[in-house]
Amino acid sequence: MIEALQRRVNDDAGLVRRGRYLTTSFLLEVGPSAFLISIYQGRIVSVTSGPFVMPSSAFALRAPEEEWKKFWSHRPPPGANDLMALIKRRVLKAEGDLQVFMANLRYFKEVLAKLREGAAA
Amino acid sequence: MKAVFEPIVGRYMHLDLFGRPHRVYVEEAGKGAPLLCLHTAGSDGRQYRALMNDARVTSRHRVIAFDMPWHGKSSPPAGWHDEEYQLTSSQYTTMILEISAALELDRPILIGCSIGGRIALHLALEHPENFRAIIGLQAGAHVDPYYDLNFLHRSDVHGGEVAGAIVSGLVGPDAPEGERWETLWHYMQSGPGVFKGDLYFYKLDGDIRGRVAQIDTRRCPLYLLSGEYDYSCTPEETLAVANSIPGCEVTIMKGLGHFPMSENPGVFLTHLLPVLEKIGSG
Repeated sequence: MIEALQRRVNDDAGLVRRGRYLTTSFLLEVGPSAFLISIYQGRIVSVTSGPFVMPSSAFALRAPEEEWKKFWSHRPPPGANDLMALIKRRVLKAEGDLQVFMANLRYFKEVLAKLREGAAA
Repeated sequence: MKAVFEPIVGRYMHLDLFGRPHRVYVEEAGKGAPLLCLHTAGSDGRQYRALMNDARVTSRHRVIAFDMPWHGKSSPPAGWHDEEYQLTSSQYTTMILEISAALELDRPILIGCSIGGRIALHLALEHPENFRAIIGLQAGAHVDPYYDLNFLHRSDVHGGEVAGAIVSGLVGPDAPEGERWETLWHYMQSGPGVFKGDLYFYKLDGDIRGRVAQIDTRRCPLYLLSGEYDYSCTPEETLAVANSIPGCEVTIMKGLGHFPMSENPGVFLTHLLPVLEKIGSG
């Protein structure tokens, strides 16, 4: 499922344009599963599945699987509809160099919403 | 092609606030019992555009919204460039009472959202005689910070982009796309550090948890309306306030978020009109 991210993001010209000054990598943890996502000028160049021994990334987003499941449902319930909502409930941990995350917050919100049920590319 | 004009008229008011001259932008439409509207943190009076364009409201009410100093078309006071803007409960209260008096409003109905909903609780407690009724939207007694507020004002993060992105998830899922992005645009236009300075009141200085139960609704009726999808001021937080105040009426608005009057005016008005009806012309 996470693997679909690359195509869905790269097929969205507006999203790629908004990320054109962004080159970074971040770690996405869905419960026990880890994914290293590399971005070059707004395009996702790779999504690598863990487990990793020493993953290097600017920051990490970690939440239990059931929380991501709600977030990625077609109409997420209140409290699960946005990354900030998950952070407010202390179920999503954002760790690392969060300047990159916050400076590109709309981009990262829209990237992760691409995995939502029924989300178009 | 024929241009269409809205009935909203704007003016600039000059008055002293906190001992300093200010230039404040005030918009209004309609005639009747005054309805004074307070916008959210980091935004401006445009959030009430739909109320001012709805004849069901303006046929019975003079709807007035001012941009707080530093916001929208209101200026910051001279000397602002060397200051850090921080809104306090005391300044916020003074500003509302002074502007209301300057407009010669006779006991207006007050409606405020988010920080406006919070100060509405302060005013219900401390100045109930000044208002014929108070309507708090997304009003809670306190909000814990849930992100590092410093990201709102630093040179390596675009203030407008981050403010819009921070609040985007607070818009409910049913908001029409045009109104959703209009609401976010207002946030993106906010001046450097202004949203952060407003949140000083919202998250620190304006905590009213210890006193909110002392509000006496016999002196001024209090109505609270909150959107289901607001995770900044959750329905539970609004219900907790309402349940601690005898006589307070509360509505949780399905599908709406943190900006009901701006993100989804059509649905919001189905909740607001019965409240205005109940308040009457007092």
